[in-house]
Amino acid sequence: MSDATSALNGAAYHGYVEVQEAGLRGMITLRGDLASVDIKNVATGLGGVDFPAQGHCNWVEDRGIAWMSPDEVLVMVPHSEVPAALETARNVLSGQHHLAVDVSDARAVFVLRGAGLREVLAKLAPVDMSPEAFPAGHFRRTRLAQVPAAFWLGEDDSAQVICFRSVAQYVFDILSHAARPGGEVGLYR
Amino acid sequence: MLILTCPCCGVTGEETEFHAGGQAHLQRSGPGASDEAFEAYLFARENPRGVHFERWRHANGCGKWFHAARCTLTLEVFGTYSAQTTQPPQEVLDAIAKRRPGWTEGGK
Repeated sequence: MSDATSALNGAAYHGYVEVQEAGLRGMITLRGDLASVDIKNVATGLGGVDFPAQGHCNWVEDRGIAWMSPDEVLVMVPHSEVPAALETARNVLSGQHHLAVDVSDARAVFVLRGAGLREVLAKLAPVDMSPEAFPAGHFRRTRLAQVPAAFWLGEDDSAQVICFRSVAQYVFDILSHAARPGGEVGLYR
Repeated sequence: MLILTCPCCGVTGEETEFHAGGQAHLQRSGPGASDEAFEAYLFARENPRGVHFERWRHANGCGKWFHAARCTLTLEVFGTYSAQTTQPPQEVLDAIAKRRPGWTEGGK
């Protein structure tokens, strides 16, 4: 069997902000009544973090949960664990109205590193990226230039961006372009 | 530029993050309706100069539909509210009354 490969195979750009494709990431879309104890238990059990509040993402090392909409969370696990995680979700939630589906290979993930990453994202998304308006841990689904994307910021001058795999090259290109040396705007300093 | 707050996910974004869905609170005229009523349901739309109720979708966000009350003249947004209703909620009507004294729904 052929090996799984992420969209850009770990492509990187070293601008005034580092842009790196994160490689393989297990991602499971979990939909259902988010008030349900079983849904919460499945999400936290697989995601390994607390259930996120509305508009937030909890992320530790290589696992996390992102709040996508009032009836959807994205559970992130190591790529190799996805089949077992889906099996667990189906067992716990059988008989309940829910959806748990592997979207790992339908998405691409980018990691941004550097002090200027807020302005790099602000160049592309119609979002107020000031630290007061968008603190670390907030999760935002929006658009980057012309395509849908979602991102959140970590505590350590890093951000993660999720987009559809089909537009991975486009997103990599616009992020790289926004991070080109000489393009510093000096916002949010 | 419109600034809308999605009542489903709480995000405040500008209009390029949303997609307009036309007039809100249409009442369907289905089987058994007269031809005139069905035609009006399909084609007749309000085009007011002023307060308007619209459907919007948070297309580049949570993906949910919601309703917005806004002024077509000034682009002022009076409020956004759940799409799971047939009437604008009272707080939105109050907000309109405060900003547009004398305005009545359907009164033009």
